[in-house]
Formats: sequence, structure tokens, C-alpha cells
Amino acid sequence: MEILLLQIFIPLIAALIILVSGKTIVRGLAGAFSLVSLLITVYLYLNFTPDATTQFLVDLAWIPQFGIHFKAGVDGISMVLLLLTNLLIPIIVLSSFKQDVKDQNAFYALIFFMQSGLLIVFTALDAFLFYIGWEVALIPVYFICALWGGENRIKVNLKFFVYTIAGSLLMLLAIIYLHLQTPGNSYDIAEFYKLELDSVTQGWIFWAFFIAFAIKMPVFPFHTWQPDTYTEAPTTGTMLLAGIMLKMGIYGVIRWLIPVAPLGFQAWGETALILSVIGVVYASIIAFTQNDIKRLIAYSSIAHVGLISAGIFAWNVQGLQGAMIQMLNHGINVVGMFFIADIIIRRLNTRDLSLMGGIAKPAPMLAIAFLIVLLGTVALPLTNGFVGEFLLLMGVYNFNIWYAAIAGLTIILGAVYMLRMYQKVMLGQVNTSTSAFLDLDGTEKSVLLIISVLIIFIGVYPQPILNISEAAVINLLDQVNQKILVK
Amino acid sequence: MNALITLSVLAILVLYLGLYKAKNALLPVTLIGLAAALALSILEWNSGAAPIYSGMMLFDNFAVAFTSICIISTMLILLISKDYFEHISEHVAEYYTIILFALIGILVMVSFHNLSMLFIGIEIMSVSLYILAGIRKHDFKSNEAALKYFLMGAFSTGFLLLGIAFLYGASGSFDLTAIKEYVIANPTGISPLFYSGVTLMIIGLSFKIGAAPFHFWTPDVYEGSPTLITAFMSTVVKTAGFAAFLRLFMVCFAPLHDFWMPVLLVISVLTLFIGNVTALYQHSFKRMLAFSSISHAGYMLFAIVALGPLSGNSVFVYASAYSIASIIAFAVLILVKRQTGSDNFESFNGLARKNPFIAFTLTVAMLSLAGIPLTAGFIGKFMMFSTALSEYHIIMVVLAVVNAVIGIFYYLKVIVSMYFKSAERNEVQSSPYFNFVLGFSALLTIIVGVYPGFISNLF
Repeated sequence: MEILLLQIFIPLIAALIILVSGKTIVRGLAGAFSLVSLLITVYLYLNFTPDATTQFLVDLAWIPQFGIHFKAGVDGISMVLLLLTNLLIPIIVLSSFKQDVKDQNAFYALIFFMQSGLLIVFTALDAFLFYIGWEVALIPVYFICALWGGENRIKVNLKFFVYTIAGSLLMLLAIIYLHLQTPGNSYDIAEFYKLELDSVTQGWIFWAFFIAFAIKMPVFPFHTWQPDTYTEAPTTGTMLLAGIMLKMGIYGVIRWLIPVAPLGFQAWGETALILSVIGVVYASIIAFTQNDIKRLIAYSSIAHVGLISAGIFAWNVQGLQGAMIQMLNHGINVVGMFFIADIIIRRLNTRDLSLMGGIAKPAPMLAIAFLIVLLGTVALPLTNGFVGEFLLLMGVYNFNIWYAAIAGLTIILGAVYMLRMYQKVMLGQVNTSTSAFLDLDGTEKSVLLIISVLIIFIGVYPQPILNISEAAVINLLDQVNQKILVK
Repeated sequence: MNALITLSVLAILVLYLGLYKAKNALLPVTLIGLAAALALSILEWNSGAAPIYSGMMLFDNFAVAFTSICIISTMLILLISKDYFEHISEHVAEYYTIILFALIGILVMVSFHNLSMLFIGIEIMSVSLYILAGIRKHDFKSNEAALKYFLMGAFSTGFLLLGIAFLYGASGSFDLTAIKEYVIANPTGISPLFYSGVTLMIIGLSFKIGAAPFHFWTPDVYEGSPTLITAFMSTVVKTAGFAAFLRLFMVCFAPLHDFWMPVLLVISVLTLFIGNVTALYQHSFKRMLAFSSISHAGYMLFAIVALGPLSGNSVFVYASAYSIASIIAFAVLILVKRQTGSDNFESFNGLARKNPFIAFTLTVAMLSLAGIPLTAGFIGKFMMFSTALSEYHIIMVVLAVVNAVIGIFYYLKVIVSMYFKSAERNEVQSSPYFNFVLGFSALLTIIVGVYPGFISNLF
């Protein structure tokens, strides 16, 4: 039995089992299945050789007459994202135990259904398979957000769904176009890499892919769906979107966009980098003016993702390695942030920062956990965010010092708006509603403990994570640079 | 060709059953007959068919495939007609008979090898449909639908007939092979008469498949006809229309691609936009389906615009996916309308809570119509886009993508109503027949969506 097939399809089987299981055991099953996926990932990680090769390869004929294969494999880049997905899903599932969710069967089934889609995206080596995973991940999260979301959920999620579908259909066109150009009419990524299209065509391909990925991440100016969707979604949905799903876009840029259209990247990469940097500054400034705690975190997420995207488009080892580790970090941090925000919102029944204050006094444990997550987010040394953002900025610096200077504002601005939020929520005078604030209970404690440990551990000792992707990243760089230099 | 004979005998048999008041035997006999016809037609798969009946018809793989999907769709529609026809008319046997007659016309349409057979097939089908549209004879809307359909249909038949006459005038034959040889033999000196003939054929056939700007009859006819008849018209009839369209152009007019391609390109883009944008503004689910069926005709025209080896299969997969999803949609519409008396989107509110199974199948159908992966509709769209891109119609495909996005708005509307809007309602009463049709169709949609290999490479 191919271990990678197990990894991909166990969540799907889990979804089906959960859908028909009894109400009382749903949560237990969900927790167990999420741990099974994590265990398989750990097994993959332990058997993974950190070199540039693709391992655990699966290649089955799927629709042979169109040249479509179920071809998936894991290299260093995919490995990091497998870790991210399967590490965060158990945390997200655990964090959802506190929430009062009606119709739990459907809820957890959708989460696992989505997990399968995500794992397909992160391991697919066939463009058609990649596209299928891309869409399969979208539909469940749409239902999660629209079924269990806030008041405006219907309108907001329609916008989200239409935005992402529009982007992905453009990508589908690009994929079919590339497929028709390959000599043997194949969807294999290796065949796509071998294509030698002229630079104008590659420019179109670049934009078709870029818009799809930019919408998902989101990169300015394709971000307008994001704050509303994050705010209206149930916390679990927001965690899935911000923690894992947006990495699909980043991963797509690294795996598909730049290697498939290197000349397009050469022509337009700097434009994309500038858009990312604008997004960093723009989102930071808007975050500063927010009074809604969820919206503030949503905008801060745009800023951080903008930096990751800028690091990738700088296209050097530091930038890419920074992006790899920062994807993991951002996932952990943003899940922590939204979890804490959710705890506060649930207890105070408001998202308005001006109605909060002084929570640190009645809830010291929450204050400490919040501080750790916050420091990770603002990239303080010895937290995970520092390693990633440092590498990313170094990557951008090597590309262009001015872009790095502007993108570097994210650290300063990030510190400003995050600390402002902390001050407004945790410090200051206790008011009538916050004085009786209950501190963390058991589940909340364990979730935040896991997250805090991860933040500090990766901050102190990031090397194992960096090792996973290094060889693959260097290999990819060489491959693309050769094509750019030859022309 | 035994399927055609079986169906003809079956139709008359059912009529006699009605005469002897054997009401309960109608449905089983019809279904068994259809199953037999289906089996007989599948048996002719890959039998190396040659034109039969003095070159009048050719029952090749193309014809077998389209015959089969039309018979299967008809069977599904008839399965949910149990106690539907009894509600709207006393003459139940006539219903089954006329539907079977229409199906006979369709069989002729998908297997014609002579333009006179094309005409005869279309007429057998159309005349049956005029009657079916107006079968609720005391209902004003049904009468209106029948009259409109009849006038428009007669009008378009005129175009078609004149086109056939012109083609005959130019080439001296009704036979497809002879016409094809005429086109190939005269690469430069094709008479203007022939070109006029092709243009008139395009107009006539566009009327029949409801492509813009010849689509004006569709919404009113679809809305006014009894829902099951609408289901029949927008699935089986439309599929057959496309099969005939494609057959004619693939066999005869392929070398004249440069002449008719721009015309069809404009027609297909217009059809897409008009169908989609109008569907967006509908409050009635049934009317929305009518307009969306126009836009699906636009997608299917892609395969003819980008005529190539993939075209036949693309239309087949698309038409099958579309038919099956539409049958689900119409079946649920019948159930909901029976309970609430209205076919507006609001009458679907809260359906998911009371009838999770029905809501799920309708969701699968809507996602399939919207072309979301893991459903048959996606495979259909994917094949259409591939076909069009392989002929480098990039702008057209980009416009199609814009339309696919517009489509999502109105297909999601009903999902939103069912799942996200709550309303006080009772459970919708379903029957085992309905549940079977819904479940079977949804399953088929997903199977084709996940593993399309078995129908995506037929010919």
C-alpha cells in the first residue's frame, strides 16, 4: 500500500465515517482521525531524505486518454506543507471542541473533506490533479463558513466563492493551454517544466496563474474578499482559511507559477513583488485603524502573507527558505491568534476593541499565552516569526534594498498595531464586562500550550524545518535560473 | 436499428393499453420496452455499421451513444412521472405514447444519413412536442406554450427545409456522403446556393436547440409546459438537437469550416451571455433553469465551432452531464412545487433541514451545472474548454469562463436557499421512485466526475 495514498485518502474516509456515525462519538472520532493523519505525516517525515528528489511517488492512470494521471509525490517543499496541514488540523479540531456547533457530523466531515483536498494540492505532480484538489478544498470551506458563520455570511461567502472560482478558472485555462503544448499531451509537471514557450505566451500564463494564487493568498489588490470572509466565518473556518488554505496560493507560486513560466516571471516578477510590498504596507496601515479584533488579525494576515510573497518573488535561497518556514510559522501563529480572539469574543460577546480592557488581571494565563503568540507574530527574536521574517527580508534585500526597506516596515508597523491591540484588550482599566472574565479552561490551555511550545521551539531551533526544504529549494532555483539565463 | 422498431411497436402497444384502461400496466410496459430498446441499441456498439435502408440511416457508434443517453434520460423522466400525469390529465396513455413517438423522432435525428431523414426525424419529434406542451388543455399557460412552440417550430422548419432544398440544388443529393464528396470535390467552385443552404440550416437548427438570437420561444415554452415535459424538452430533445447539428457539420460541412465558423462563434457567445445574464435575474427556479439551458447550449456549441476529433465526445459528455443534472433539478422542483405551490427560490428555503437527501442531490446537480470539480458537469466543461483551446479559440474560452462565473451566482442561489435560509416548512413528501431517480442521478454525476474514463473516450 502506498503510504502517500493513505495520507491523502484517510481524511476522505474519515469524512464519510464521521458523516454517518452517532452524535456522541463524533468529536472523539474527529480527534482520532486528525491524529492518524499527523502520525502518517510523522512517519513520512522520519523516512524522508532531505535531498532534492521526489519521494513516496504514486503514479496511477486516472483518465489515460487525456494524459491525466493520479501522480503525487513529496519533496522538501511539499513535506513542509504536509507538516503544516497535518499539524494544524488536530489543533483546529481540538480548538473546535469548545465551540457549540450544531450538526457536528457535517461540520467535521467537511473539515476532513477539505483536508484531503489540501493534501492533494500540496503533493500533486499532475496539473489536473492539482486543479481538482484546489477546488475540492474550496467547496467544504465555503459550506463551513456559510453554514456556521455570522450574520452576513451568505453575501460575504458568495463573494469569496465567486472570487476564488474566477481565479481558478483562469488557471484551468492556462493548465489546458500548457497541456496542449506538451509533446505527448500530458499534464505531468515535469513535462510542463520542459516546455520552451516564448516570453509573451509565458507572460499570459504567468498572469493566469498569478491571479488565481494572488486571490487565494491574498495579495493586494485581490484581497478584498478576505477581511469580510475572515470576520464572518466561524473561528474554525477562519483558522482553516488563514492557517492552511492561503498557503495553497503561496505553494502554487513556488511549485507551478515560477518554474512553469520562468520567462513570464522574469518579465513580471518584479511587478508581483511590488504588489506584494504595497500589500504589506497597505494592510498594516489599515490594521492599525481597526477596532474589530477579528478584522485587525485579518489585515495583519494580509501584511504577513504579502511579505512571504515578496520573499518568493525575490527568488533567492534566503527568500524562498524564509517563505517555507514562514508558511509554517504563519499557520501556527494565525491559528493561535484567531483562537485567542475567539476566546475573548465568546466571553465578552463583542468584537469591539474599545469595549475590552484589563483582561490580563482576571485572566493571567490567557495574558501570557496571548503575549507569546503576539511576539511570534511580530517576529521577536527567539520566536518562530523572527527566523522567517528575517530570512524573507534578507531575500528581498538581496533583490533590491529599497523594497526591503519598505517591506521592513511590516516589522515596525506590525509591532505597533499588535501591541496596540494587546494594550487595548489585556491592559488598562477593567470594565464591568471584563472584570468577571474567566481564565483558560482545560481544552483552551492545551491548545495554547501546544501553540506556545511550537512558537518558541521553532524560534530557538529552526534548523530541522529549514533542512527539510533546503535541497529542494536550491534545486528549483537552479532549474529556473538556468532557463532565465539561457534566454 | 432494432431499437427504432422496438420503440415504434412499443408506442402503439401503449396506446392500446390505454384503450383497454390498463392504467397500471402503462409505466412498467413502457419502461421494459425502453430497457429492451436500450439493450438492443447498445448491442450494435462497434458493429461496423454501414448505412441502412438505402442509405437513409447510419447506426454508428455516435448514434448508439446518443440513442442510449436519450433513452436513459427518458426512462429517468418517466420514472418520476408516476402519478404526475394522472394529476394533470385523464389521457395518461397518450402521454406515454407521445413521449415515445418523440423518442422515435430523436432516434432518427441522431442516426440520419440523409437530409430527408433529418427532416422527418425533427418533424416527428417536434409534432409530438407541440402536443405535449399543450397537453394541459384547460391551462392558459400550457396553451400559450404550445401555440408559441408550434408557430416558432413551424417557422424554423421552413428555414430548415429551404436549406435542405438549397443543398440539394447545389449538390444534387440528400445523401450525406454525396454532399461531403461534392464539398471535397469542389474546393473552390462551391455554388453560392450551397452557402445559402448552410446558412439556412444553421438558422433552422439554432431555432431547434434554442440558441440566441433564435431563443425567444424557450423561456415561455419551458415555463408554460408541464414540468416533466419541460424536463424532457430541455434534456432529451436538446441533446438530440445537438447530436443532429454535430453530425451534419462533422460529416458534410467540415471542409467549409472557415465559412460557418465565425457565424457559429457569434451565435455561441451571444447564447452564453444572453442565457446567463437573463438567468441571473430570475426569481422562478423553473425560469432560471430555462435560461440556464440556453447558456448550456452556448457551451455545447463550442464543440461545433472548434470542430475536431474531440467534438463528438465532448458534446456527448456535456449533454449527458447536463441532462442528468437537469433531471434532478426538475424532479426536486416537482416535489417542492407540489408542497408549496410555487416555483420561486423562496420555496426552497430550509429544505436541507427537513429533507437532507433531496437537498444533497439538488446540490450535486447545481454544482454539476455550475461546473465544479468532482461532478460530471466539470468534466463536460473541461472537455469543451480543451476542445476549444485545441483549436486556439482563446478569447472565446475566456468569455466562457466569465460566463461560468456568472453561472455560479444563480446556481448557488438555490443552494443558499436550501442550506442557509431557514423557514417554517414541513417535510417534502417523496416517493421511492423519486428517491431512486435522485439518488441514481446524483451517484452517476459523481461517478462520471471522479472517474470519467468510461464515457470520455467513446468515439
